[in-house]
Amino acid sequence: MKPFDYVRPATVQAAVAAAAEPGAVYLAAGTNLLDLMKGGVSRPNRLVDVSHLPDLDRIEELADGGVRIGALVRNADLARDLSFARRFPAVAEALLSGASAQLRNAATVGGNLLQRTRCAYFYDTASACNKRDPGAGCDARFGDNRQHAVLGWSESCIATHPSDFCVPLVALDAVVEIEGEAGRREIPLENFHRLPGDTPQRESMLEPGEMIVALRLPAAAAQFAAHARYLKIRDRTSYAFAVVSAAAALRIAGGAIAEARLALGGVALKPWRAREAEAILNGARADAALFDRAAQSALAAAKPSGGNGFKIELARRIVKRALTLAAAGTPERMPALPASPFAAVSGEVIHA
Amino acid sequence: MSVPTTLTVNGVKRTIEIDDPRVTLLDLLREHLHLTGTKKGCDRGQCGACTVIVDGRRINSCLALAISHDGAEVLTIEGVAQSGAQGGRLHPVQEAFIAHDGLQCGFCTPGQIMSAIAVIQEGEAGDDPERVREAMSGNLCRCGAYQGITEAVLEAQKALGAASVRKVA
Ligand SMILES: Cc1cc2nc3c(=O)[nH]c(=O)nc-3n(C[C@H](O)[C@H](O)[C@H](O)COP(=O)(O)OP(=O)(O)OC[C@H]3O[C@@H](n4cnc5c(N)ncnc54)[C@H](O)[C@@H]3O)c2cc1C
Ligand code: SF4
Ligand code: FES
Ligand code: FES
Repeated sequence: MKPFDYVRPATVQAAVAAAAEPGAVYLAAGTNLLDLMKGGVSRPNRLVDVSHLPDLDRIEELADGGVRIGALVRNADLARDLSFARRFPAVAEALLSGASAQLRNAATVGGNLLQRTRCAYFYDTASACNKRDPGAGCDARFGDNRQHAVLGWSESCIATHPSDFCVPLVALDAVVEIEGEAGRREIPLENFHRLPGDTPQRESMLEPGEMIVALRLPAAAAQFAAHARYLKIRDRTSYAFAVVSAAAALRIAGGAIAEARLALGGVALKPWRAREAEAILNGARADAALFDRAAQSALAAAKPSGGNGFKIELARRIVKRALTLAAAGTPERMPALPASPFAAVSGEVIHA
Repeated sequence: MSVPTTLTVNGVKRTIEIDDPRVTLLDLLREHLHLTGTKKGCDRGQCGACTVIVDGRRINSCLALAISHDGAEVLTIEGVAQSGAQGGRLHPVQEAFIAHDGLQCGFCTPGQIMSAIAVIQEGEAGDDPERVREAMSGNLCRCGAYQGITEAVLEAQKALGAASVRKVA
């Protein structure tokens, strides 16, 4: 690991000032950053430790019925907050399906949003990677790419964004609050992560030195609480990133879908909102044929970036299953294996 | 530059001069405090061998910077048994691991035990083996002692008379 200097500012303003130096990066829990630094993938000159900043570890109910989540709230604490989990069950389920209990205890909201891709060539400094080294080429393009993107990719980069948390968040219109030297601003999460285009090194809309201070969910996001699921296919049962995943949230009134929300994970370099599929669902009666059409629409633009054509069909199926289980109703209790598509009934034993 | 960092480790306050901010909590425990019970498996958050309890929460000490945990309370495997004039007594989770063959080579075991203690404190798994397995999934065991580990957690929980299932959501 390259040597760096370490600063621990006492206020957000001081943190933003300290991070303005070239080569400075924020340190939250470090569960992604330290991993990348150990591998020489990230080589910062300075770590600005924000993990001790006051007031950013709170979950606040807003007067308009929305909720504001500080950037330092730990993933496990958010998922375990009863009031939050009841109102936004798919978000809690996504959180609990990510990483391990130890990592979720440490990982922060801001760090989860800004975690880097898990592309193995990005991690391997001996490989060519446009994201790590702009212009170097992309060894994943004709390499081992079964986990790579099927939507929104470019010849420059075919990586995916690995976050589970971001998938239901983007479906529910989450907003990111940002603080920089120029002051405070906010961006819908849907527009926060960038697709690769010709500049895969630019991963989000953050300007250098800007910091995430909070995340907001609007009051309307809680209207889906009775019919909301996050489902995730993994290569092993637990403690694995998504091959593909989907968040489905339905507001059902008078036997029909009044409003639908749908987003996919593991398919693109950003959490992927499927708005055209939502339009097909809105106002329709929930049945298998409808969910099929929505799934077809959600993947209509998909194309393999290598040996990963199977992900397109897998993604259609996970969308259909997520919609089916969301229509059946949010389980009373968090399933034993959160986000598992294989447990039909909450609490059902999967392994004897 | 040397920065004094204070940690309470297994109940004892220790002040360590950290001369390089790159030191992880895991390396601090093993190399500076010679508490080698906590193991380094992958050093990348992927195996759980380095699990310790920091301020009441289990984390992977390999992905935690020591300097960032100034002031924290750390519990490691060395601190879980009761010491006493007659040689003390193992923690009920340690006893249950022995009784149920929850190990073979033993390399993952300190991490498994720290995680198991936390699982019981978290109180979310109850007596459902599937929930115990999921809660313990951040601890890999190369020897595949998983069945004994699950049994040990369930039995230790009973022995500790842990609070019944806490509702998660
Ligand atoms: C073995 C393993 C398995 C995992 N499995 C999953 C999984 O299945 N699903 C999943 O979603 N995730 C998974 N993760 C990733 C995990 O969720 C992230 O590592 C974690 O969320 C990062 O949070 P952190 O607080 O540790 O961030 P850090 O590592 O501290 O920071 C991550 C990045 O965000 C930046 N940053 C942090 N906070 C801020 C802020 N407030 N403002 C601006 N920039 C900031 C940092 O500069 C850094 O670039 C896994 C990780 C590991 C190691
Ligand atoms: S897919 Fe993207 S991250 Fe992976 S090697 Fe290519 S450019 Fe780098
Ligand atoms: S050594 Fe920390 S998780 Fe493997
Ligand atoms: S007992 Fe050998 S790794 Fe678990």
